[in-house]
Amino acid sequence: MVSIYTLYVVNKSGGLIYSRDFTSVAKVDLNDALRLASIWHSMHAISSQLSPVPGCTGVELLEADTFTLHCFQTLTGTKFLLVVEPNTPYVPALLQRIYEVYSDYVLKNPFYEVEQVIKCELFDEHLELAVRRHNV
Amino acid sequence: MHKTLCRGYNIGIRLIDEFLAKSKVSRCGSFRETVDIIAKQAFLMFLNMQCTVSKWTQDGSECSLIFTDNPLTEFVELPSEFQELQYCNILCGVIRGALEMINMDVDVRIVGDMLKGDEVHEMRLRLKEQKNEDFPYKDDE
Repeated sequence: MVSIYTLYVVNKSGGLIYSRDFTSVAKVDLNDALRLASIWHSMHAISSQLSPVPGCTGVELLEADTFTLHCFQTLTGTKFLLVVEPNTPYVPALLQRIYEVYSDYVLKNPFYEVEQVIKCELFDEHLELAVRRHNV
Repeated sequence: MHKTLCRGYNIGIRLIDEFLAKSKVSRCGSFRETVDIIAKQAFLMFLNMQCTVSKWTQDGSECSLIFTDNPLTEFVELPSEFQELQYCNILCGVIRGALEMINMDVDVRIVGDMLKGDEVHEMRLRLKEQKNEDFPYKDDE
């Protein structure tokens, strides 16, 4: 039983820089994923404007009957979106772990240009590992 | 020469994410708080030392980071022809880059250097501008 469906990474200007499906159940094609990322980015910005209480940092969770979307925005503006099965536990911890993996294997890769599409083998490997460990 | 050594900037814009991911600090309320976290936690994480924050100006926009043990300058002596070289300038770039990623525009410079016979290393931080909003657009833009 797989509980983590997909990971998207969105840069601070709303561009999709990484998408990864962990299961064959949830397939979104790349164009739709790009659209989803930029829509989410704007929605996130709007939601923080909507808040009656100042200091809101935007929408963090989207619940639907067949999936749940967790959004984690770092203080530097990068967003990690994780689409999971409903009622999957410990997703915020996994997102934090993914952020660590990102800072270790993407940002420290000298061939990676900041804000550009992520193509890092080590990131793929360690991401896979983190997700697999979460699923057991 | 000093311009090329300012390349710490590119280190800073990447390093900030590692710091935030691993230290799990949350949003800072003020520049003062931010500087304290740099001095106590960031220096400890990346350079294994801590520094003290002092010499705040009245309006809280300028302060000094002071430290004595610096792993960068261990076993380093400046030859006499490079006496004006600012050897630790890279740290300035790192701090400037890192703070820029969290919407703080700062100016960092070295004002005291133990390699040149000063008693302590001293870096001067000046907050130029702080952009609070992640979404800085007005309705009519």
